[in-house]
Amino acid sequence: MPEEKAQGAGREAQGKEEGARDKGVGKDGGENPVPLSASPLEPSSLAPCALRPAPCRIGVFICHCGSNIGGIVDVPAVVEYASRLKDVVHAERNLYTCADDGLTAIKTAISKHGLNRVLVASCTPRTHAPLFRRTCEAAGLNQYLFEFVNLREHCSWVHMREPARATEKAKALVKMGVARARLLERQEEPVLDIEPAAMVLGGGVAGLSAALSIANQGFPVHLVEREPELGGMAARLHRISPTYRNAREVVGPVAEAVSAHPDIRLHMPATMTDLSGYIGNFEVTLSTGEKFRVGSIVVATGADELRPDGLYGWGQLKNVVTQMELERLMAAGPFTRPKSVVMIQCAGSRGQKVSYCSKRCCFTAIKNAILLKEESPDTEVHILHNEIHVYGVAFEKEYRRAQELGVRFSRYSPEKPSVSEQNGRLNVNFYDEGLRRERDLPADLVVLSTPLVARPEAEELSKMLKVPLGQDRFFFEAHVKLRPVDFATDGIFICGTAKGPTNIGECVEQALGAASRAAIPLAKGRVRVEAITSRVNTDTCRGCGRCESECDYHAISLVPVNDAFGNRLVARVNEGLCKGCGKCSSICCNRSISLRHFTTPQIMAMVEAALEEG
Amino acid sequence: MEAESPSGVAGKAAPGFEPKIVAFCCNWCSYAGADLTGVSRMQYSPNIRIIRVMCSGRIEPNFVLRALELGADGVLVAGCHIGDCHYISGNKEAEKQIARTARLLEILGVDKRRLRLEWISASEGQKFANTVNAFTKEVRELGPAGYGRK
Ligand SMILES: Cc1cc2nc3c(=O)[nH]c(=O)nc-3n(C[C@H](O)[C@H](O)[C@H](O)COP(=O)(O)OP(=O)(O)OC[C@H]3O[C@@H](n4cnc5c(N)ncnc54)[C@H](O)[C@@H]3O)c2cc1C
Ligand code: SF4
Ligand code: SF4
Repeated sequence: MPEEKAQGAGREAQGKEEGARDKGVGKDGGENPVPLSASPLEPSSLAPCALRPAPCRIGVFICHCGSNIGGIVDVPAVVEYASRLKDVVHAERNLYTCADDGLTAIKTAISKHGLNRVLVASCTPRTHAPLFRRTCEAAGLNQYLFEFVNLREHCSWVHMREPARATEKAKALVKMGVARARLLERQEEPVLDIEPAAMVLGGGVAGLSAALSIANQGFPVHLVEREPELGGMAARLHRISPTYRNAREVVGPVAEAVSAHPDIRLHMPATMTDLSGYIGNFEVTLSTGEKFRVGSIVVATGADELRPDGLYGWGQLKNVVTQMELERLMAAGPFTRPKSVVMIQCAGSRGQKVSYCSKRCCFTAIKNAILLKEESPDTEVHILHNEIHVYGVAFEKEYRRAQELGVRFSRYSPEKPSVSEQNGRLNVNFYDEGLRRERDLPADLVVLSTPLVARPEAEELSKMLKVPLGQDRFFFEAHVKLRPVDFATDGIFICGTAKGPTNIGECVEQALGAASRAAIPLAKGRVRVEAITSRVNTDTCRGCGRCESECDYHAISLVPVNDAFGNRLVARVNEGLCKGCGKCSSICCNRSISLRHFTTPQIMAMVEAALEEG
Repeated sequence: MEAESPSGVAGKAAPGFEPKIVAFCCNWCSYAGADLTGVSRMQYSPNIRIIRVMCSGRIEPNFVLRALELGADGVLVAGCHIGDCHYISGNKEAEKQIARTARLLEILGVDKRRLRLEWISASEGQKFANTVNAFTKEVRELGPAGYGRK
């Protein structure tokens, strides 16, 4: 590979010891750190004839982020400080470095000042690194020569009441970034072919919509559904608000379109039992034993309705049901209309079994109350709530319609209501906030508006996919606003109630979002993957095989070589398999294997800068 | 120096002493958790300097020793919860390496409490803030480590 060759050439020129350092390995660990003055440039980043590394020319861009950073941190002082750091040839501040003029400023400075390193101190690399890296590339600077410093999430936002110390910390963080920037090396990203197919996990409304959308864009889809039937939770409902259409009429045609689609392969009932690989090349194994490869994955595994065990007499008292059980009753056909129905909102949620608001129970209760009232106007329907959370145009209208139809709303608080049986009839006791007194309501049917909760199996699935769950054990997106249907892991997307409670309309919106995101790599056909992989210094590797046995991805193998040191075995990294964790770097007693972009000298330089005075 | 910093972390042992803390956070969980702390505007002591690594398994005993040698008063290592590692078992390696480092510290006569390992997920913004505040407080009470060559 040309880079290795270039390194080889450089090594001859610079002597073995230094060459090893340039590769980020060698005797330059803790006891003997690389002098910061030493140029980190790899020979390969220079013109082919250059034998001596060019000096470092670092440009520093400090972002105000409006007042997000600038309102706390003294940005001009940090710029002034940065401009005095060794090798920094240009430092400036931008109101928004990520805006067009900020990006233009970076590009201009690269050519004007001949920058060979760029450091942006702004928000978090987890959302903004790709943008700045692309900008550097556009200006002809290899993206791995870009360094990111987090002054917002890790500084101004968390030290809002200590501006002076936040500024001091900002300076230190910039100094650490500059220290690492000096040692950055250019890297070329391997380009991989993409398997032009997707997998959708879950066949509820979200999964069905995502599968259809991807298939309609022309890519084969494997749809994996655990149950023997499509439609998920929506298929079990009676009517769907805000349109009041029969659930089967809504879900049925979508399920049929999916079943009939020539590009969708249904795996049902089936679950995924094993997953390996990465964006473009995921290898999937199903419970049915089937194996296939896909380029991207959409997770749409939904949520469960909370089983209100031990709450409000459910399971013990007759005629205490959940909203879902009520929907099943209504869907089954006419049932003896009770004279009095009491619905209890937030049953199990907002502080009881779970802390959150489940978002769809208020309109579900209103929907079912309206249906009961319309079919049997004499039935008294009383909704006990602690704030009604209906939002948006359609649902608020329904709220008013329910009131007009005579559905009564009473606010309970602070305690949740209690349900008991008295003389063969149910009785709901609660403190009525409006009337400011305790009340007893007799009821023939008590309906609990229970929340959607994460499925327990999500835990196992999250481990298989290597994507996180949030505090409430729903799947956790990469960024709540900027990347709402992405996972932080490339090539895996999320939609529907697997991400948190929501209604069908929003499930479909998310599904279409996730589907178009998942189709991007498939349409491109190739993907560039991070060049953060390990490399071996074969001169010093003694072939002990420790890295080989520890690498979880089997990316390392011992191979025979015959060179100046004799006939021996050395480690070799398969870049396609290496995931870039760096475990091998930290376990090799010989410091003979090193993770690109996170080399020991780079990390040590940050440690030193963090602790250096001034 | 104020007795109580606005982050609510009071110094007891050495008034005016502000410890230097270096933290190593893995990209996928604890660095992301620290991002969430920021997004949620939870406040913590500004003594900490975070160094991002892809995986906690990348953290070598040497990083910790070097930090202490250069004058850090505490080192925090944070990774994904066991079982949640983005790289299968990198955090188990971190656990081993940190245990090994702690034994080394003992031999060197360094208080083991100056090194802390925590599992913090991407959704545990509050835990990140609590951890930093508690660790800063503890290290502040331990006083200056004084291994720095200065
Ligand atoms: C009582 C009640 C009333 C409601 N009323 C309304 C309403 O009137 N209007 C409205 O808009 N919304 C309503 N909703 C909300 C609506 O039902 C949901 O928003 C929607 O159905 C969620 O769809 P989904 O595809 O995200 O999840 P689900 O429908 O839960 O689908 C997930 C699918 O994934 C499958 N699955 C799970 N795990 C795996 C796995 N590991 N591998 C493979 N497959 C798996 C499941 O079997 C399921 O088929 C109501 C909800 C409830 C509980
Ligand atoms: S652990 Fe180090 S010395 Fe041993 S085989 Fe791997 S790279 Fe070579
Ligand atoms: S960086 Fe991780 S995945 Fe790559 S070779 Fe080393 S141990 Fe294996």
